[in-house]
This record gives sequence, structure tokens and C-alpha cells, in this order.
Amino acid sequence: MIVTPAPPTAPKKLEIEEIAAAVRDRFGPAVLLSRGQRGVVLSVSLLEPTTLPPISKMLFWDMGCSFGGIVVEELKGKWRLSYLFLSAGCGWVEVLVEAPSTVSALPSISSEVHAADWHEREAEDLFGLRFEGHPRLGDFILHDQMWPEGVAPHRKLHRELIDVHQEHFRRRPNSEWRPLLVVQDPGAFAMPVGPIYEGGLGQSVHFLLETVGEDVVRAVPRLFYNFRAVEKIAEEQPVSRVLLLAERFAATSSFAHSLAFCLAVERISSTQVPARTKNLRILLSELERLRHHAGAITGICESTALSVAASQAAIVEERLLRASCQFTGHRYLFGLNTPGGLRRDFSAESCTELLKAIDRAVTDLHSLEDGLYFTSSFLDRLEDVGIVDPEKARDLNFVGPVGRASARSGDLRCDCPYEGYETYQFEVPREIEGDGYARLRILFQEAYQSARLVLQAAQRLEPGQISTPYEFLSGGVALGWVEAPIGPALHWLRLDASGLVERYRVITASFNNWLGFRVAVEDFAFQDFPIILASFGLSPTECDR
Amino acid sequence: MSFWFWRGLRKGVQTTRYPKAPESAAGVTPGRPVTTQFPSAHEAARAAEVCPVGAITAQNHSARVNLALCIHCQRCHFGDEPMMEWRSDYEWTRLPDTKQRYEPLPKAYKRSLHIIVVDAGDCGACLHEVKQLNNPFYNMHRLGMFFTATPRAADLLVVVGPVSENMRVPLLKTYEAMPNPKKVLAVGACAISGGIFGQSFVSAGGVSSILPVDLELPGDPPPPLAILHGLLAVTGRKAPVRHESASERSS
Repeated sequence: MIVTPAPPTAPKKLEIEEIAAAVRDRFGPAVLLSRGQRGVVLSVSLLEPTTLPPISKMLFWDMGCSFGGIVVEELKGKWRLSYLFLSAGCGWVEVLVEAPSTVSALPSISSEVHAADWHEREAEDLFGLRFEGHPRLGDFILHDQMWPEGVAPHRKLHRELIDVHQEHFRRRPNSEWRPLLVVQDPGAFAMPVGPIYEGGLGQSVHFLLETVGEDVVRAVPRLFYNFRAVEKIAEEQPVSRVLLLAERFAATSSFAHSLAFCLAVERISSTQVPARTKNLRILLSELERLRHHAGAITGICESTALSVAASQAAIVEERLLRASCQFTGHRYLFGLNTPGGLRRDFSAESCTELLKAIDRAVTDLHSLEDGLYFTSSFLDRLEDVGIVDPEKARDLNFVGPVGRASARSGDLRCDCPYEGYETYQFEVPREIEGDGYARLRILFQEAYQSARLVLQAAQRLEPGQISTPYEFLSGGVALGWVEAPIGPALHWLRLDASGLVERYRVITASFNNWLGFRVAVEDFAFQDFPIILASFGLSPTECDR
Repeated sequence: MSFWFWRGLRKGVQTTRYPKAPESAAGVTPGRPVTTQFPSAHEAARAAEVCPVGAITAQNHSARVNLALCIHCQRCHFGDEPMMEWRSDYEWTRLPDTKQRYEPLPKAYKRSLHIIVVDAGDCGACLHEVKQLNNPFYNMHRLGMFFTATPRAADLLVVVGPVSENMRVPLLKTYEAMPNPKKVLAVGACAISGGIFGQSFVSAGGVSSILPVDLELPGDPPPPLAILHGLLAVTGRKAPVRHESASERSS
């Protein structure tokens, strides 16, 4: 049953001209407006960085835009910071700040737009760029007990800083280092969990559960244990190599990430992909979403120790993995996308086989869902657990299924369609409670919608080419976006004149939602922690990159 | 609660017969490229060029595969160039290049192996496949294998991922906390050679640069059955496979 109540603050859908006019009215002399290019519909260049906080505030709070992220680029002799906002229905708005590279501090927007908090911390850690007014910088990606101050590995200036043989790598941890604890009460203490927990079956992340005894007051995640500097090692590499990286840094949504990367490359080279490929890409994206959601449901059942249900969900997931392997040759859909199309075609018979497998998965999920909704001991553990109310969800810019369980409406497949999603019939389920149970219902509903989309895509497959030859013409910059199973995946790509990657920026939904997780999840009982974690379904490795 | 009990029974047994009998269900393994003979040396060279990570080398009419480097990108599986032959097997666990002989764990561990897994910068695929061993299809408990939450109780350390800089110390601490005798199994191309991440300022480029590796399991990711073979090899219930190059030398 899909509950679609009106959200508390229904954002009015705006035209791009309206946004441009409003910006011009308020900030007229301080900005330059231009038609954006390569995926961005409107570009607002600021003449003075001090305009940044008010303009961000206006876009986010008054114009109803959601926050995409910050792209920091170091070009020849200057900083170029692109703040991405999404206006549902009309597209990406970019607020552009440029400054000479001698500048080391810019105004912070995170007191206006809370979702920008971690983006600024990341830029400070990796580029050494300070954000004035930010409450807490440092100790983020480069953990303070391991890394010395002053290493800014993503800067182009100091290549020697990232030399493997430098003495500041492979160091011993600083035993003097202590985490920052906030809860100050008689008897308050912090319980550490991770980075190796659940017998190592959880992805590496560390939590400090601050408590005064029975209840956890704060749960502070410490991420980036899996930081592999995907953005840095992609630099000066050819597109074909970076595609392999895009596919392999977060395997549970690898097709979505490789697709977002390919879309960016195709935008730069103005490559048009054939109609058959577009439908196949939708088919594969939705297959991945279905499989991912089956896995997330397994995780929730496991966290409540309902083992038969967990096993039955795991059977669905494993069958989908096998069906994916039979269909594409790889259980996690690696090696399919390529700039210009897909690397292989699929026969009608194999599509029929796949549809059979999906049909079976949907039947099994329906039966599992019915069983779960009648198991009161299971529901008791999910209801009113880890609540993110709609105001908080808006404030922290929650995205993906987690956001949609808290009345957020964002889904890039509708808000900013790609690969022809606008021609498909599907619903974006929404709930308002924002608790673990709402998130579970969203997962089931989305899984059914994905199955519906796979069927539609399969019916639309006309014989034809599966790829257009990709030709590199000239350098350029473009944004590619995809609604990955966990939420939006944004890939910002700049190619230089010789076709090598100059800057590659990946913004993932997990990065966004982990920030919210920290703030939203407060005051809960110890035994609820695994359930809250499972119901959020966040991926540390996708966040870490 | 009886409701779930009946439901579980109704589903029937899903578990594979492996290792008693081979598993042949569709989609259990992505397969792997194997040494392929081509009609001409030129074609063999072209087949080798397709590989983006240099896992294929051409020698006269044949193209050979170093599976440790293979990242399953399938460039040599589908395409217009001369393609490699792929084989749908899953027993891939082998000795590292540096080792000649393998001593399995003592007999007492045959049906009681406690495993701790460390995600050292993994993309999630290998870890997810390891996790699948607990699902009804593979059900490793029937073979006397268990995941354990503490290194103090672990006999085997399974490492996935290229060993990111931030996970290096936790990984070392885990290894040091394990009692002897202990074994290390590197799972996945990243854990063996760094895979696509290679060696960088935040990646050690494989487990062997940090810890002594007893067995390695190629694949990106290796499917659950391949991991099961690896675990059986650790306890000596299955033999690690020989390197393709080694078997060619002896033949």
C-alpha cells in the first residue's frame, strides 16, 4: 500500500527562468548568469565569494532546491568551486566561485545549508582549503592519529606529497590521539564499535556510541577507513581506465556508477547512444536496484534476528545475483557500460530468462512482505526506531530510499530524467513516518517498481545497434548523474585537451546520508543500534571512495 | 513463530552439494579466462592487447592468463577482437608465487574453522560474496566453518581489498591478536595485487606487502563457491590449484 501524503512543505516546481530572475533580482550586480552547459542548466558565477552563503541559502531554503554537493577544482593558478543545487523538474543549477590559488580561505555555507558540512570538511582535508565560519574542520578523511597536518594530497602543486616513499606514509599511529567526546555527564563514556565488527562482515566503519548507561546519546560514525583516493588516482588516466575505477569503487551499485561516468563522458563528446542501449541501460539499472533492495531487506531481517525471513530474503538475493550472472556474465554487472553504449548485446531468449527470474523474485518478495507485516515481534523492533522526521530530512538533505521514507520526494529518475526515464511509467513510493518500518516499506515498494521498469524496458527492446563509437574530440567538463539504488550518484568529469582525466569528482548518496545519520540518530537503546544501521542501508565504502 | 518455522520447511533444501559433488547451477560463477590457442601469433597478440591490466601475455600462438591480475572486466570475453576462452569453474584458490608448498592447518581444524574477515578497502563485492556463504545456498556451517567476532578466537584471517592506508593498522592488530597456528587467505584481485587501485599513497597494493599470505584467491569478485573452495583448502580438505604457468612447465 503506497501512502502518498502531501509533504509538509511542498516545494513549488519552478522554471529555470524563474530561478534566474529571482537570483538577478536579489543579487543582480554581484553575479553573472549564464546558460549552463554539459548537464548543468544554469550557471551563476559570483564576482565576490562573500555572496556565497546568502545565495546558497536562497536556493536551498526559498527556491526549494536540494543540495547536490561541492566540486573543488584546482585549475591553472586558480580555484574553481562549483556548488551544485538541483531544482526538481528543471535541472542542475551551479553556483560558481573562482579565486586565485593563493587564496586559502573561502566563506562556509554549512551554517546555512547543513548538508554542505562534510563537503567542506573534505575539501579542507584534501585541498587544504579553509572555510571560514565552519564549526569543525580537520580529522575527517585523513585520520588525525595517522596523518600529519598539512598534507593536502588532492592538490596538484605538490606531487611529492603523495609519493609512496614519503616518510609520513606507513607511519605508526599517534598513541596520544583521543577522539572528541561531546557528552559530558557523571558516568558518561563512549563505547567504540568497529572498524572491524560483525566478524568483519560489515564494511569498515567505526562508531563511537556516547552513552551515560542505558541509552546511547550520540552515535558518531568515523568513516574513510576504505579511502582509496579514487578521485586522485583517476587523474592523468585515460577514460577507459577511469571507467574501471568508477565501476569498482562501490560494487553494490557498480552499474549505476559506471553509467553516471559514461553519461559524463558522452556529454563531453556529444555522443548520442542508440535507443536500444538506453532501454538496456534502464533494464540493467533496475535489475541492480532490485538486487540491492533484496540485499537491504536481508540486512534488516538479519539485524532483528528473524533468521528464517533473513534466509528467505537471502535466497531471493542470491537468485538475482545468479540471474544477473547468467544474463550479463558477471554477478555484479561489471564490464558492461562503455562510453557510447554497452559492450555486449543480449538475446531475446536471455531476456525472457531474466524476466522469469524477476517474476519469481517479485512473487517471493510479496510473500516475504506479507509474512513480515504479520510478525508483530519483528515490527515492534522496527517501528519508531531511528526516526528521521520530515523537517530533519529536509534540513539534512536526505536522499534516496532513506529520504523517501521521510517524505522527501527526490528521485533523479523523475526530477532530472536521463536515458529516457521520462517515457516510462513508474511510481516513486513515499512514506512520512521516517522510522525503520517506513524504510522497509519503501524498499519493498521500490523493488516492485524496479521489476515493473525491467519489464517495460524489455518490451521496448527493438533490434538495433548497442553502441555508437566513442570518439574523443576535445577536452571539456560535464556532469553525469544517476539515481543509484542508495540515492543520487553524481560524477563530475573534466578531460584535458589530450583526452586524459584532469579532475574526477564523485558525489555519492552514502556520503550525503552518513552526515545525516550522525545528526538524526540520537537517543536510542543499545540493542536498536544494529537495526537502525541496517534500516538506513548505508554503504561506508561508497562514501569513502 | 510457528508460522516462520513452517515457511522455512516449505521452502525445502536449497543448499549446494559442493564439495561432495560439483555445483552446476547457472550463474554461480562468472568463470575465468584460460590459456587459449589462436590460429596465428598476430591474433594471440591482439587478444592480449585487449586486457587493460596486462593479465594476458601472448607467446607464439597462445595467449596465457595470469589470473592474479584479472579484474573480470570481460574485455576478453565479449567483443570484436579475437576472444579468450572462458571456463565456468570456481576452484581458483592457489599458492602465492613466493611459496612452493602448502601446509594446511592441523587435523583438528578440519571441521572447526573459525574465521575473521577484514575489509581492508574493499569495494563491497568480495565482502558481499564472503557474506553469501551464510545464506541457505552455501551454508558453510554444515562444513564446520564459522565467522567469529573476535580475532582471539580466529584461526583464519580472510582479507578483502587492497589494504587502504587507514585500514593498515587495524589489519595488523587483528593479525597480531590471533593465536597460532593461523593462516591468511587473500580474497580477490585487490587483495592479491592491489587490483585496479594498485599501489598508491593510500593503498598498499595487496596484503602480501603487510602480512605473510598463505593462500590467494583470484577473481573480482570470486564467487561464493570459489571462497568455499578456499576455506576447504585452508583446512586441507581440498588442494589448492596449481598455477597455470606451473602446470604448463611440467607438461
